[in-house]
Amino acid sequence: MIDSNIVLTGQTIAYTFYVLAIMALMGWFAYKVTRVGSGKVVKPAIFYSFVSFLVVIGVSLHIVTHETIPWKPMDLNREEIKADKEFNITMENHEFRLPSSKLTITKNEIVRFNVESKDLTYGFGIFRSDNTMVFQMQVVPGHINDILWQFDHPALYSIRSTEYSGPKGINMIVRDAVEVVE
Amino acid sequence: MSLMQTFTNGAQGLFKPNSLTPMQKLTLRFVVIGLIYYGVVVIEGMLMRLFEVNPSLALGIEPKQFFAIMTAHPLVGIFGSTYLIVFGAFLFLVPFLMKKPLWSIKLGNWTLWLITIGTFVFWFAGFVSHYSPLYTLYWPLPADFSQFSALGGTFFIVGIAVVMVGTSFFVLNVFKTIVYTPAGWEKQPSGALISSALGISGIKNLFRKKKEEHLVSLPVAAIARGTVDTALNAGIILFTGVLILVYMVAYLLGFDLKHTAVDALLYKNWFWWGLDLIADGMVLIFVAGTWYLLATLITGKKLYMENIARSALLVTLVVSWTVWSHHLMSDQAQPGILKILSGEMVTAFELLTQGLAFFITLATLWSARPLKMSHPLKFLLGGLLGFALAVPAGIMQADLGLNRILHNTQWIVGPHVHVAILIGLTMTLYSAIYFLFPILTNGAKLYSDKLANFHFWAHLLGGIGMGAFMGMAGLKGMLRRTIYFNGEFNTYMILAAISGSLLLLAFLAFFYNIVMSVGLKGVIGIFMPSKLKTADLLPAEE
Repeated sequence: MIDSNIVLTGQTIAYTFYVLAIMALMGWFAYKVTRVGSGKVVKPAIFYSFVSFLVVIGVSLHIVTHETIPWKPMDLNREEIKADKEFNITMENHEFRLPSSKLTITKNEIVRFNVESKDLTYGFGIFRSDNTMVFQMQVVPGHINDILWQFDHPALYSIRSTEYSGPKGINMIVRDAVEVVE
Repeated sequence: MSLMQTFTNGAQGLFKPNSLTPMQKLTLRFVVIGLIYYGVVVIEGMLMRLFEVNPSLALGIEPKQFFAIMTAHPLVGIFGSTYLIVFGAFLFLVPFLMKKPLWSIKLGNWTLWLITIGTFVFWFAGFVSHYSPLYTLYWPLPADFSQFSALGGTFFIVGIAVVMVGTSFFVLNVFKTIVYTPAGWEKQPSGALISSALGISGIKNLFRKKKEEHLVSLPVAAIARGTVDTALNAGIILFTGVLILVYMVAYLLGFDLKHTAVDALLYKNWFWWGLDLIADGMVLIFVAGTWYLLATLITGKKLYMENIARSALLVTLVVSWTVWSHHLMSDQAQPGILKILSGEMVTAFELLTQGLAFFITLATLWSARPLKMSHPLKFLLGGLLGFALAVPAGIMQADLGLNRILHNTQWIVGPHVHVAILIGLTMTLYSAIYFLFPILTNGAKLYSDKLANFHFWAHLLGGIGMGAFMGMAGLKGMLRRTIYFNGEFNTYMILAAISGSLLLLAFLAFFYNIVMSVGLKGVIGIFMPSKLKTADLLPAEE
C-alpha cells in the first residue's frame, strides 16, 4: 500500500503551488485595481466558467483521492474485508492496554485494530520513529472503533493517543509498540 | 500638538465624545471591548506559541494552565472579540441600511454587557480553576471530575450561558429592527420584510412570472441569514451547557451521575452540528455580506451578479445545516454515508459558495478602476486572500483519505483555522473598522497612516507565516492538542512564534493608533452616557 508520507508530499506540492498562485493573483489584482480601467463589468461567461471550474474541482478531488489513496476505499468497505491479523486494544485511565508488549506484523499483512475506550474519548495513532504520522482514528467510548491498515515498510512504530483527553493524556505514548517485519 | 496632548485629546483634538449619539457610543463600546478581548487572545496565543517552542519559556506555565489557556483562547476570540465587534457593527448597520432606528438600544446595551461579563466569567473560571475540556467538550471530558474542578467548571459553563443569553438578545434586536414600525411611521409590511430578509421571497421569485422586488438590501439579508445560524448555535450551546451543568451540580451535591447515560457519538454529532453553525455558517455568511457591503461602499457601484450573490447566501445557510460530519471523518462509528454526503460532498459546496463571494467582490472592485489603495480596501483584499487560502485547505482535510493523516494535526489549526480567522475574518473586520471609524466618530482623523500600513503588513505576514509553519509541522505529524517536551518540532515552532510576534506587534500598532486618534479622554468619553437624547444613528446635521 502506498505510504502516507508520499500522499502528504503530493498534497504539500499541490497546496504550495496553489498558495503561490493565489498570492500572485491577489498581488496582481491589488496593483491593477489602482490603475485606470475600461469601466466595463466582467463578462458573465468568465463568471460562469469560474463557477464550473469550482464545481469540477470540488467533485473531482474526492474521486481522485478515492482512486489513488488505497486506505480510503478500504476504510469504507472494511466490514467486508477479512483481516490477516487482529489486535484488540483497550484504553482506560489514560493508558493503553495492548494484547502483548510488542504487536508484530508481517509486511503487507492486512491488520485490523479494534480499540475500545472504557471512559473518555481518545485517539489512536501510529507514528514512525521520526514522529510523522502513519494514520489515526478517534476512539469514542461506547462504540466500535476499528481500522484496517497494510504496512509496507519493515520498521518500529509508536502508538500515541491523538485526541486530547485532559492534561493527564499528554503521556499516552507507547514507544516502538508495533514492529513490522519482512 | 505634543505627543502627550495627542494622547490625551486625540489627533488634532477632532474627536468629541460629547457629539456622539447613544447609538454611536453603543457601537464604539462594542468595538473597544471587542478589541481589548482580541488583545487578550493575542497575548494568550503568544504564551502558547512560546510554550510550544519550550515550556520553560512561557513564564512558568504548567501543562494544566497551558490547556486552560487553550480552552479559553478560541472562546474569548469568538465570543469576547468577534461576537462583540460583529454584533456592535451589525446593530449599527441594520438600522443604518434599513433607514430606521434600532428597535431597542437598551437591549443592545444588555447584549454588550452580558457578552462582556459572560466572557470574563468563563475566562476567569478557567484561569483560576484550570478547567480545560477545550472548546470541543468531547463527552464525557467536561464532566470528568477526576481531572477538573466541578465548581470551576460550573462557573465556566455559566459564563458561556450568559454569553448565549446576550447573543439571543442580539438576534431578537436584529429581527425586530427589520420588521418593526417606528412610532409615527406608516405600517411596515413585517411579513414581507422577514420573507425578503430570509430569502423566502427570492425562492418564490424563481417560480413567478412577475418578480417581486427585494424589500431589504443584500447586506441586511446576509446579516439576517447569518443571524439564523447564530440563534440555532446559541440554542445548541445552551442545551449542551445545561446538560453539563446537571452533571456538575449533581456532583457538587454528592451524586455521581453515570457518563454512559449520554451517548458520546450522538453528543459529538449534535455539538458539532451547533459549532459548525458558527464556523461554516454564520462566519461565512457574515463575511460574504460584509465583503459585498464594503465593495459597494468603496466603489459606489452596484454589486456584480447581485441576484446570484443573494441566492448563494441562502445556499450557504442550508449548507451550514448539513455540513457537520466533516468533523467526524475519523470517527469509525459514524455512518459512512454521512461521511461522504455531509462530510465530503456538502463541504465541497463551500468551495463554490465562498468562491462565488470572492469572485463577485473582486469583480465589483474591478468595475470601478482606478481605486485608491485606502486602508479599508487593502484590508478587504487581505480578508479575501485569507479565505482563498483557508477554504481550500479545509476542503482538503474534509476528504476521507486525507483526513486519516491530517485530523488533529497542526495542519487543521494552522492553514485552515488560524488563516481563516486571523487573515480572512479579522482583516475583513479591520476593513470595516477603518471604513466606519470616521462615520462613528463624527469625522475624527486617524493618527498615523504609517502605523496603519505597518498594521496591515505585520498582520498579513504574521498570520500567513504562523499558519504556514503550523501547517508544515502538521504535515510532519505534529498533533495540535498535546505537548512535545523534547523539541521535536522546534524549527517550525520557532518560526511560528516569530510570525506570532508580528501579529502581536500589528495589534499593538493598531491599538496605539486608535488610542492616539481618539485620545484617552475620548476612550473614557465613549463609556459615559450620551448627552444627546435621540434614537437616530448619527447626530442631526447643523
